[in-house]
Amino acid sequence: MSNTQIASPKQDLIYMLVLSAVVLTMPLWLQPFGAAYPDLMQKFMIFGIFAIGYNILFGLTGYLSFGHAAFLGVGSYTAVWCFKLLSMNVIPAMIFAVILSGLFALLIGFVSLRRSGIYFSILTLAFAQMSYNLAYSVLTPITNGETGLQLTQGDARVLDRMSGIEATTSLPTPNLFGIEGTGYSGFYICAALLIVSFFIYLRIFRSPFGLKLRAIKSNQNRMNYTGYNTRPYLMTAFVISGMYAGLAGSLLAVTDPLAGAERMQWTASGEVVLITILGGAGTLIGPLLGAGIIKYFENIFSAFNDQVLLNAFSFLPDWLAHVFASIVGLFVGEGWHLTLGLVFMLIVIFLPGGVMEGITRLWRLVRNRSKSLDKDEKEQQPSTREV
Amino acid sequence: MSDYILDVTDVDKNFGGLRALSDINLRVKKGTVHAIIGPNGAGKSTLLNVIVGRLAPNRGRVLLGDEVLTGKQPYEINQLGVARVFQTPEIFPELSLLQNVMVPALAKRDGEFNLSFLKSLFSERDILDQAEHMLEDVGLIEHKDHLAGSMSRGDKRRLELAMCLSQQPKLFLLDEPTAGMSRHDTNRTIDLLKRIKARGMTKVIIEHDMHVVFSLADRISVLAQGAIIAEGTPEEVRNDPKVKEAYLGGETI
Repeated sequence: MSNTQIASPKQDLIYMLVLSAVVLTMPLWLQPFGAAYPDLMQKFMIFGIFAIGYNILFGLTGYLSFGHAAFLGVGSYTAVWCFKLLSMNVIPAMIFAVILSGLFALLIGFVSLRRSGIYFSILTLAFAQMSYNLAYSVLTPITNGETGLQLTQGDARVLDRMSGIEATTSLPTPNLFGIEGTGYSGFYICAALLIVSFFIYLRIFRSPFGLKLRAIKSNQNRMNYTGYNTRPYLMTAFVISGMYAGLAGSLLAVTDPLAGAERMQWTASGEVVLITILGGAGTLIGPLLGAGIIKYFENIFSAFNDQVLLNAFSFLPDWLAHVFASIVGLFVGEGWHLTLGLVFMLIVIFLPGGVMEGITRLWRLVRNRSKSLDKDEKEQQPSTREV
Repeated sequence: MSDYILDVTDVDKNFGGLRALSDINLRVKKGTVHAIIGPNGAGKSTLLNVIVGRLAPNRGRVLLGDEVLTGKQPYEINQLGVARVFQTPEIFPELSLLQNVMVPALAKRDGEFNLSFLKSLFSERDILDQAEHMLEDVGLIEHKDHLAGSMSRGDKRRLELAMCLSQQPKLFLLDEPTAGMSRHDTNRTIDLLKRIKARGMTKVIIEHDMHVVFSLADRISVLAQGAIIAEGTPEEVRNDPKVKEAYLGGETI
């Protein structure tokens, strides 16, 4: 997984093809895991977008933002307002969400990036918590406070009415020129956006700009004496990752047109940090894996209840089944956070590079073994491979 | 344009009550190697930090050709053509050697900020070639895909030299480029620096190792207690009684 070789466009093309294939066939291969329902797969996509955007900032520059949920929230609110005022079509909602969260990131980044390290993290955290509290109090006319911003029958929807689409008796749903934003079609909309987002993200990783961001993470002092003004670079990375978060936020509103302030809370900011570190910060696909793992745990593990466990242990004598069920029960259902915490601790201690580091180590192990087996055939494989 | 590439005039620098530099006047001719020597704490590194913009002088000014450097940021001064190696090598440990050299080469070509994030590094043929050429120059080409952080200290120093050279600076500042190196590595570095000298690059070297100083320098300035006490050709400095007194403790070199 060394990032030491310059990847060729051909490698990147293969990357994009494999990723697209994996993403688009998700409904098939997730079947055995019990995760092939559209709502969950949409979550994989949305948090995948959120996490790769976050990785542009944290993974490349090393600046740990603790306030990215604010941009997610801004994206959601903007999207719902677009649904209310303009159109139920998702395109304007997404465009405005990305622009507005980008502007918001510009503002927060302008102040926060005056500091680095822990002070930067605290500043971003402070801004996000401020946004969260404002959304609950002063900004109630915009955010509708605790109830959350919702669609109503009487919304303006100027563009829709102009083009003659009238609301029926039930509430309208977000759509892409008539394609529903929920269910399988909704999943494919999110999947397409993930692929496009990943493409831009891959280009950033491979560009001189991406190299400079990594150099900032590696040695900012050297960057200053090498003729770089690092602030605008950091600012750009911050804004781009804010825009990714805004896009993810708008997609959350597409799948469920309701925006609440809890989306901006610090726990939500912490989640994306967790996702990125778990998957492997700074690696290309680590954040996607992290998003998948955490959302899977959240939805599947938390759904296990006592009855399910008792059934699982039913092959045991009754009393033993109860003992096992109550022990395991601590780690699933409501207690899935405990499992997540343990897994996270294990990964940070033993695999600081996240799941991606584990995969790389396994890959090396397998390759070395097969190499020592084929010693007679003196086939030389390329020694480094980029992941 | 004068013959002098670097012109330091009347520079004072105080740290609280301590006067680290007083009344420094230093002019370096284009294409020459100028060494600054002096005992520990004489203010050599402070002077270097004033030139590169890390420290602002309390008085005086620094010129590069006709450009005023005083008051500018380190990155601006680098963009004007001043490169520097540090006492402990400052490299990018998490990047490969090749990438380490590409970063400064890109800075030279694209300036202090450039937002080309849809272009692939792979298509930057000229920058790649230049970086490989530089690594070849310092003898590190066979390690070009290794992580810089995994190299030995001597290799890191040579890498840092390659990084600075890739910018073809007008003025190259070296802060003890051979400190902590083995005799073998020191000689390699001297050879390398001699080769660069042949290309007409102006250099200012701070050095403790007299062997290095006398085999490279065209002129030498001797700094003691924040002031320049002597300046001249190696021969003149070697025979200056004040230098023998202040710096060498009366011994002959």
